[in-house]
Amino acid sequence: MSKKDLLLEIGLEEMPARFVTNSMNQLSDKIQAWMMEKKIDFDHVTAFSTPRRLAVMVEGISEAQEDVHEEAKGPAKKIAQDENGEWTKAAIGFCRGQGATVEDIFYKEINGVEYVHVRKFIQGQQTSSLLPELQHVITSLSFPKNMRWADEELKYIRPIKWIIALFGSEIIPFSIAGVQTSNWTMGHRFLGESMEITSPDAYEKTLMSQYVLVNSDERKEGIRNQLKQLEEEHGWVIPVDEDLLEEVTNLVEYPTALFGKFEEEFLQIPQEVLITSMKEHQRYFPVKSKDGDLLPFFVTVRNGGHEHLENVAKGNEKVLRARLSDAAFFYNEDQKTAISDSLKKLESIVYHEEIGTLSQKTARVRKLTNKLAGLLSFNENETVQADRAAEIAKFDLVTHMVYEFPELQGFMGEKYALQKGEDPAVAKAINEHYMPRNAEDGTPESNVGALLSIAEKIDTIAACFAIGIIPSGSQDPYALRRQATGIVQILLNKQWVLPLETIIDLALELVQEDNIAKKALEEIQKDLSAFFKLRIKHILQERGVRYDLIDAVLGNELGSMPSLVKRAEVLEKEKQNPDFKENMEALGRVLNISSKAVHVGEVEERLFENNYEKELYNKYEEVRNQLQNIADEKSLYDLLVSLKPAIDGYFEHTMVMAEQENIRSNRLSQMAKLAEIIRQFANVNEIIVK
Amino acid sequence: MNIQNMILTLQKHWSEQGCILMQAYDVEKGAGTMSPYTFLRAIGPEPWNVAYVEPSRRPADGRYGENPNRLYQHHQFQVIMKPSPDNIQELYLDSLKALGIDPLKHDIRFVEDNWENPSLGCAGLGWEVWLDGMEITQFTYFQQVGGLECKPVSVEITYGIERLASYIQDKEDVFDLEWTNGFTVRDIFLQPEYEHSKYTFETSDPDMLFNLFNIYEKEAHRQMDVGLVHPAYDYVLKCSHVFNLLDARGSISVTERTGYIGRCRNLARKIAKTFYEEREKLGFPILQAKEEN
Repeated sequence: MSKKDLLLEIGLEEMPARFVTNSMNQLSDKIQAWMMEKKIDFDHVTAFSTPRRLAVMVEGISEAQEDVHEEAKGPAKKIAQDENGEWTKAAIGFCRGQGATVEDIFYKEINGVEYVHVRKFIQGQQTSSLLPELQHVITSLSFPKNMRWADEELKYIRPIKWIIALFGSEIIPFSIAGVQTSNWTMGHRFLGESMEITSPDAYEKTLMSQYVLVNSDERKEGIRNQLKQLEEEHGWVIPVDEDLLEEVTNLVEYPTALFGKFEEEFLQIPQEVLITSMKEHQRYFPVKSKDGDLLPFFVTVRNGGHEHLENVAKGNEKVLRARLSDAAFFYNEDQKTAISDSLKKLESIVYHEEIGTLSQKTARVRKLTNKLAGLLSFNENETVQADRAAEIAKFDLVTHMVYEFPELQGFMGEKYALQKGEDPAVAKAINEHYMPRNAEDGTPESNVGALLSIAEKIDTIAACFAIGIIPSGSQDPYALRRQATGIVQILLNKQWVLPLETIIDLALELVQEDNIAKKALEEIQKDLSAFFKLRIKHILQERGVRYDLIDAVLGNELGSMPSLVKRAEVLEKEKQNPDFKENMEALGRVLNISSKAVHVGEVEERLFENNYEKELYNKYEEVRNQLQNIADEKSLYDLLVSLKPAIDGYFEHTMVMAEQENIRSNRLSQMAKLAEIIRQFANVNEIIVK
Repeated sequence: MNIQNMILTLQKHWSEQGCILMQAYDVEKGAGTMSPYTFLRAIGPEPWNVAYVEPSRRPADGRYGENPNRLYQHHQFQVIMKPSPDNIQELYLDSLKALGIDPLKHDIRFVEDNWENPSLGCAGLGWEVWLDGMEITQFTYFQQVGGLECKPVSVEITYGIERLASYIQDKEDVFDLEWTNGFTVRDIFLQPEYEHSKYTFETSDPDMLFNLFNIYEKEAHRQMDVGLVHPAYDYVLKCSHVFNLLDARGSISVTERTGYIGRCRNLARKIAKTFYEEREKLGFPILQAKEEN
């Protein structure tokens, strides 16, 4: 069958750069899904996008749908034919409905019953007659933000200006929001003209001739190469922030990179401020020397060619100069304000209406920091530093600079604290307490920063849970999940063995004291425990631990994070061993039966009826005594596994659920005591052994 | 090109596109959007094409005339077209050409910027227009005004006159801009800039301003009760300006802030709804006139 190419281009007013790539992929996916649903064969799909267009080219489309042969099932034989063997109304009606006659009927047995069937043949339609349905594919795209325009009802990413729909050289006729399909496209807004696309394969080339690089990957690589070229010409290093590159790629149709400069005196402002100002406000790439020092240059990518670049550079320099003057002004102003004055301002800043002011939050975090420092046996020096860091951690939030660049919170705190004579460890902790700031970020390096980070995060989480702000689905406005994960990661990296329950309870206690909670304490604790379990589960999954092993170590209290993860890792490793199954089954049997224990008392040797009971009891005592001297989780595992022969012997010769009440109860007590030490390692009966 | 000629050029350009040339509205406001020529007229089905210069007061931006980029009062050139014309981007770019800005010699881009004015219950989608990296225009398709869905949609184009002029005249300091005939922004506006900044940050009487807010708010409600949309709206504008003064003075805490904005928004919503109903009672006369033509 002969084949043709399809081209679809939606011309739009400039789309938001951040939505372009996803929208392009969506269009491509939906067109492919539509063709598959319609049983239209095709060879290859290419997607294109610029700020002003989303396009898809499909090569090698069959000119007709595939033919379909299928069997339609009708009524059962006893309904289809009456006692005389005549066709009933049911049978005749069925055939009519299928476009067949009773002559076509044959029987087929299904579950022992014979049913009427007819063969159907559906001839594939001409592809060209189906293609106008692409109209609905286009309007079915969904965008994070939609708009209406003029008198149109349609909500779309931006107003539609033109639509190309070509099948071979034929225009597929339809219209959307008053725009009729054609084979005319628009070139670059300033450098190009409108052009006729004679066939889909001419698309890319035609647009190129009109200064539109329609392939977004090529456009991106083009910018990357131009940046490299500038690096080589000037001996610079231009670090490529991929998010910025992606955004810039989607802001231009014909990219030309150019550089400008700014006054060297601005280099006195902290680098991060300069970089943020260049990137966030202006979408510039900052320029560094080969030694990594920031240079007074920037690179911007123009939507146009090489003409009049000096003009464009000059304009951009002017804008940046104004921006950096502002930054310099803020920087100087901030230096005039004492930390104590900033802290005073925190008293009037509401963190959350039901949680109170930033000042109140700071006070709670400070108390918690001190309590935790005690539990972690911080030395005096570190304790003093932690206290001070907690006290002033948020002072930079009321500085001009952070007001202007919120993403510099903590970073400016460190800078300013140092300038104002704070202990460097305190200053560093102010910056570190926001870490990890995102999924890629590390955890605090210093003990003081790590502790403050934990205290700050758990206070936020506890206070939010206390007023019913609990993340669900995509709803997590306070990024509580990231913060909870952060706490666990910090505990792991620091190898701090403080039980998570202790941290949670201390935080909740302070939240209670401030009368924030709107729920019963037990309920909040339960919610928090479930919430943290889920976070830990994710962390263990990322470390490649099998899900049932995760459930096993999460079966009881959370305890210390380093221990929990090590236990999971021991199981993950041990599951390879051939005796793993038998070992876990033995320990699991104890756990299973122990749940029947109603009252756990002392085990009385006089009630033993056989030697195996005695043997297990002795072994239990031995293991219990050794627990104190255990060096690590692997030794704990080995110690528990050493119970196996005694457990096996016991179950082979002993009936736990004995008739006689006192014997049964004594045996259950033994099981419960054993279970208690097994559970310190894991709920092994969660483990799936085959 | 001096500022006066810029304004004349823009007026001529948009007049040729069928806009009514209006004068600035005589109540203090923070932006051209707040003029009833935009806020009220963007509501409902009646067509509306206007252009006007709006002096806009932003007390918090006052810098005693010492900052080369920030002003207590700047000027906006505001264009509203309802329904938004198909070729509105081209019409806008033509206006830049009329101002002597040749797109081939510059880098002009439409960068996503969604606009919201919570105190008036307004929201729109659009761009800021960048000229060689400088934001010179806010370009917005109104989606909601006074809490009402816009049908049809108006497009709003707001040029920052001083910004654009500093580019066209290649000046670093806004006070060096020529207004006309050798008269500069300094000659005309430096003294009021200084005095208004001093008033805003130092000598204003917050107690009086709080009182005024309450009085204006009450009067707005009272006029709404008798269905007088325009007088009521004037008082909302006054509330908004008084609020801005208090905010700049640092007299409003963060919690209170939300409360005051909410009070303005409630009034604005009520006014928007009543304005629509009043126009409906009149049979949307501008729409009828257009259809009869």
